[in-house]
Amino acid sequence: MSEAATTQKSPAAPRLRALLAPAALQKLLAFASLVVLLVYFSIASPAFMQTDNMINILQATAVNGVLAIASTFVIITAGIDLSVGTLMTFCAVIAGVVLTFWGLPMWIGLIAALAAGALCGAVSGTLVAKAKIPPFIATLGMMLLLKGLSLVISHDKPIYFNDTPGFTSISQESLFGDFVPSLPIPNAAMILFIVAILASIVLNRTALGRYTFAIGSNEEAVRLSGVNVDRWKIAIYSLGGGICGLAGLLLASRINSAQPALGQGYELDAIAAVVIGGTSLSGGAGTILGTIIGAFIMSVLTNGLRIMSVAQEWQFAVTGIIIILAVYADMLRKKRA
Amino acid sequence: MSKKLFLGAALGALLAVGASAPARADETYIPLISKGFQHQFWQAVKLGAEQAAKAANVKITFEGPETEAMVDKQIDMLSAALAKKPTAIGFAALDSQAAIPLLKKAQAAKIPVVAFDSGVDSDIPVTTCTTNNHAAAALAADKMAEAIGDAGEVGVVVHDQTSRTGIDRRDGFLQQMKAKHPKVTVVDVQYGQGDHLKSAEIAKAMLQAHPSLKGIFGANEGSVDGTVIGAKEMGKKIVIIGYDSGKEQKDSIRSGLMLGAITQNPIGIGKCSVDSALKALKGETLPKVVDTGFYWYDKSNIDDPKIAAVLYD
Repeated sequence: MSEAATTQKSPAAPRLRALLAPAALQKLLAFASLVVLLVYFSIASPAFMQTDNMINILQATAVNGVLAIASTFVIITAGIDLSVGTLMTFCAVIAGVVLTFWGLPMWIGLIAALAAGALCGAVSGTLVAKAKIPPFIATLGMMLLLKGLSLVISHDKPIYFNDTPGFTSISQESLFGDFVPSLPIPNAAMILFIVAILASIVLNRTALGRYTFAIGSNEEAVRLSGVNVDRWKIAIYSLGGGICGLAGLLLASRINSAQPALGQGYELDAIAAVVIGGTSLSGGAGTILGTIIGAFIMSVLTNGLRIMSVAQEWQFAVTGIIIILAVYADMLRKKRA
Repeated sequence: MSKKLFLGAALGALLAVGASAPARADETYIPLISKGFQHQFWQAVKLGAEQAAKAANVKITFEGPETEAMVDKQIDMLSAALAKKPTAIGFAALDSQAAIPLLKKAQAAKIPVVAFDSGVDSDIPVTTCTTNNHAAAALAADKMAEAIGDAGEVGVVVHDQTSRTGIDRRDGFLQQMKAKHPKVTVVDVQYGQGDHLKSAEIAKAMLQAHPSLKGIFGANEGSVDGTVIGAKEMGKKIVIIGYDSGKEQKDSIRSGLMLGAITQNPIGIGKCSVDSALKALKGETLPKVVDTGFYWYDKSNIDDPKIAAVLYD
């Protein structure tokens, strides 16, 4: 760290400085923490570093990872989306209605879930951009609205997907394992990685991505330069919503049901992953890779503490302290930069 | 540099805290995956399991998700428990189907599974240690009818709409009223997530909307404790009947704010889970369901040793 800081100040090493730019450094820091956790748990318990258990971790990260990607976009705009958890559930319920209640083919259910997500995201985006309701309040409202709607639409009961053969294989089975039988990486994890790559491309290589950063850095300047900020904001929230729809499908496929009461609280796990991954809650900076690393830190920590049979009370406490330490480390870095 | 070191050291120290030695290969180890762990009810199940484990000199762990809706978190817990290669597993399913692929994995690895509190839609568990919630709630309905003179309006505050216990207790109460006490009308059924404050608000709203309400049945600890708070804040004297146990419920019954409650036998559920697992390991055949029982308690019998033994704070 101190070497890095000195190098940054030295004008003689511009390349190295670029490499150690705040974002890159944060990734290294988060990645280093992840490696430390993996090494620590491997030493602490022989049951940890087993293929089976690594598969468990991949499976456990998928839903939170996808939700965290959705949150990353919104948080970079200096917004927040508290509705991601219940939106995910709502989309799962929509898939349940289309597939189980109406008996339509699977692809229609999948599209309906994604479309419902994007539509709800667009509603949140409109409330934030057009009605000027602060994102925290607008999405808090959406969180409760969607929770209620999920319960109403499902008649308070879980909707099972037993009549849709193949639905559970979206999350549970392993296409990868068909090619590499010794490493059955679950489809849910592969989907997480694919979404992460696509999201990274959108964030770094498209106009939508550029405006996401620009709005988060200085919304007024973007507006004054003639850009239709409202439209881009709605687009960003819609994209986030659509990604939540995908998370809903992954979750429903994993547990073979849409559970209408589930979802509240998941937004906080997603936000934690984003923040651990170095995205600033004040907007303008962040990476998808950081978020994915953040999501893995959360799930490795949870799994590792369980494998070590740490009492559950302590699991919460340790997770909380790790989140604080991660963000504190981030603050230290920013002060030096 | 020093700050970085400090962070590293703090992290290391943290992880060292609370970590127990990993299970030895020859040790009998039974993880119990519960539906929750914060409520006093689950703590009592845990206590019963620990007592049985101590008596048999085996190692157990006990954990459950933060809320009873978190089906996927419970699955993560179950898969982590399986990764530890346990001798047997105790499992209280939040959803009757979601864990079946994992239970099949346990079966393939010859790890006996004992279901407790809630069953699963599968014949993999060697037995299920549980309360007949439907019959217990019907008893609560009889007691309510008796207390209000078998006629009038009552309300119900339930913890949730989706869990097995929520459904069984609600339906057990409603069906018994309809079948045996036709002059008693249930005017409202509301859900408060078993949260004290939410349930208190619900009770107050019910009392506001139905001024002639004679009684409220709270379907679990949080629901009924909230109902007592709500009635107290409204200054209304109604018949309150609860479910489960806990310090507040016991105090309310002693002080007359609550008429009485149904108690399950959570310590018995915990003991039954561990004992059944040990029996299954010895190759004994077990009944499909072990009814761990339920009791009515009120001011008159709360200190009766037989009742006191199944109550918990």
